[in-house]
Amino acid sequence: MQRRKVIGLAGAGAVAAATAGTVAIRATGGEPVAPPPSDMIDFYGERQAGIITPAQDRLHFVAFDVITKDKAALVDMLESWTAAAARMTRGQEAGTLGAVGGSPEAPPEDTGEALGLPAADLTLTIGFGPSLFDSRFGLRAKKPAALADLPKFPGDTIDPAISGGDICVQACANDPQVAVHAVRNLARIGMGVVSVRWSQLGFGRTSSTSTTQATPRNLFGFKDGTANLKAEETSLLDDHLWVRTGDGPDWMTGGSYMVTRKIRMLIEPWDRTSLLEQETIVGRDKGQGAPLSGHGEFDEPDFAVRGDGGEPVIATTAHVRLAHPTQNNGARLLRRGYNFVDGSDGLGRLDAGLFFIAYQRDPRRQFVPVQTKLARQDQLNEYIRHVSSGLFACPPGLRAADDFWGRSLFA
Amino acid sequence: MRTPRLLALVAATAAAVPLAACGDDSGSDAAAGGSGKITVDASDTDCKVAAGQSDAGTVTFAVANKGNKVTEFYVYAPGDRVMGEVENIAPGLSRELIVELAAGTYETACKPGMIGKGIRNAFQVSGSAAPLTEDAKLAQATKDYQRYVKSQTGALIDKTTEFVTAVKAGDIEKSKALFPIARTYWERIEPVAESFGDLDPKIDAREADLEAGQKWTGFHKIEKDMWVAKDVSKSGPTADQLLTDVKTIVDKANTVTLSPVQLANGSKGLLDEVATGKITGEEDTFSHTDLWDFAANVEGSQAAIAALRPALEEKDPALVKTLDERFASVEAALGKHRDGDGWKLHNTLSQADLKALSDEINALSEPISKVAALVAGK
Repeated sequence: MQRRKVIGLAGAGAVAAATAGTVAIRATGGEPVAPPPSDMIDFYGERQAGIITPAQDRLHFVAFDVITKDKAALVDMLESWTAAAARMTRGQEAGTLGAVGGSPEAPPEDTGEALGLPAADLTLTIGFGPSLFDSRFGLRAKKPAALADLPKFPGDTIDPAISGGDICVQACANDPQVAVHAVRNLARIGMGVVSVRWSQLGFGRTSSTSTTQATPRNLFGFKDGTANLKAEETSLLDDHLWVRTGDGPDWMTGGSYMVTRKIRMLIEPWDRTSLLEQETIVGRDKGQGAPLSGHGEFDEPDFAVRGDGGEPVIATTAHVRLAHPTQNNGARLLRRGYNFVDGSDGLGRLDAGLFFIAYQRDPRRQFVPVQTKLARQDQLNEYIRHVSSGLFACPPGLRAADDFWGRSLFA
Repeated sequence: MRTPRLLALVAATAAAVPLAACGDDSGSDAAAGGSGKITVDASDTDCKVAAGQSDAGTVTFAVANKGNKVTEFYVYAPGDRVMGEVENIAPGLSRELIVELAAGTYETACKPGMIGKGIRNAFQVSGSAAPLTEDAKLAQATKDYQRYVKSQTGALIDKTTEFVTAVKAGDIEKSKALFPIARTYWERIEPVAESFGDLDPKIDAREADLEAGQKWTGFHKIEKDMWVAKDVSKSGPTADQLLTDVKTIVDKANTVTLSPVQLANGSKGLLDEVATGKITGEEDTFSHTDLWDFAANVEGSQAAIAALRPALEEKDPALVKTLDERFASVEAALGKHRDGDGWKLHNTLSQADLKALSDEINALSEPISKVAALVAGK
């Protein structure tokens, strides 16, 4: 059964379409809602989807350890994953027999919770971590220099149990259940070959990756990602996002490196901080997101402007200054992070923050120097803790249905 | 010869063959099978089987335990399919195993201390045997498993009796030692036991399972007495009730014939037990002897799959290969946590150890979940 078809049927047959074998469709005011026509992102293409794709609203990120020693089993699994991913991004069930089409004696091939839901712009983006390139699968010679482990930054409180991983999958969608369904089914297909090391749910994209998107806010209440790299800035993307021929091993040409950082926000102390101090720490005004040196959100910050006492209007320790390309040899990132709230901790504090994701051409020249500077000087550090860290090499996209994730790497 | 005739009968009437026709009670017919009794001298380090081959038919092994550990004796077909076994042979005792063997390659095994793969010897059976039809193979599977249940329930009663006796004698150390051993036989056949609604909770309810006001009986009540109260002086009535309930459930279990699909689901169910109760340490929360139950669940799961093996070999040999590899892998992973004849306590395992075991169980459970549909033929 094709999930999208169910929707179409429901749309045509109105309320009565929720007959046996189909699923009731979410409705507003008693009317079934047909999905917008643009709810499917092409899985195949020159680049992996889920990088410059306009950031969807929901995330389920998962990192796996490979537990088999058998390279052929790993390659087989990647092939099965690719087939399932291609189907799920089209709004179909994970396997051809689906959730209810198989033998009654067999566990269903698809777990079923996305029946009746649209594709919801689902993207599945794969990355390979530094640890995959050890002696197990003969990949040492294929390890890109740019995939060097991230250094320990000052103030890091990284928990290894929720960091790293041999393989990651970033699932983004506009429906959280669609993203969770995708990760759950991939994890199931991978049983015995990979084991989930950690995973993270996110909501409310904290960056825009397209000029068509408004800038969202993070849980500090500030607009985030105003100065992000965007899909329309093609020449900047070539310089800062996509790996070029000659940068490293061929299998990564056209790909990008992903850094993940789970950044816990110390919400309660932040909320007790005055508006003035919050804006000083960030370097932007909270209402519009304008740099303190300007008036509109997209005004370029002017770090030279000084106020009445001769102090810089944008403080030397302000986040926007320290992170800005002009202060970092032009280094830019494509950020694609999400807010997270993992309930509350045992002390009644919100266990919340930013699951930071950034794509780039070479972390050694981009994320690492920028984060080194932030870790040393950013006033925001008083209100945040980096608790998890990940680095993954995301190869270019798959051009055709006979290609599969990792083929050129394992060839 | 007896064997082909029997098999032909099974083939003709498929699942309707009454259990009375199967091997365990066929000792009187031994002459038809060829050889006489084969003696087995079992010690703590050796397993001397007097003959390495036999004609097809009924074969009788006379097993003498000359060691200091309780032992077991098995005859395995390829893939560790149990053709026959005697459990719980105490030091100094002799027991007989009468087993019906068609022509083929087998292995015998003594298991001093009742652990691991045991001391193996090849055993060759010659003669002719008609190949089984698919239906006959499935009918044979239920019969083989029935025999397994019978051997396990026999040992369950013996070991529960020893345990109950020790509890009532106030011997708390001996009771503690026997607790996980008696439970082993229970855990191996738990899916069968669970089919008898109210008896299972009477025997095996955990404190957390109880409803408000519900009377708590069974293994885990005594477990708490032994490990928490450290006093079994008032545990006698609970112990007596446990033995009564175990005997009742054993009587019922031995009248049940599981269908091939039930066998397949049982093998999966046992692994689910591991995944939900043993990995987490919830099963034996006072004694932390969960790894005994873990091992027993896996062994029980493997026994059910082994019974189905001839049918599975025909339907999906690749799946059989995968199951063999993954059972071996689970066994190896669990083997790292052996402690003498027993197992390390659950609370001494690290989170990483438990994750590794959990991965192994997941890796095995996925292919096992495919078996039921295969044997159902859909």
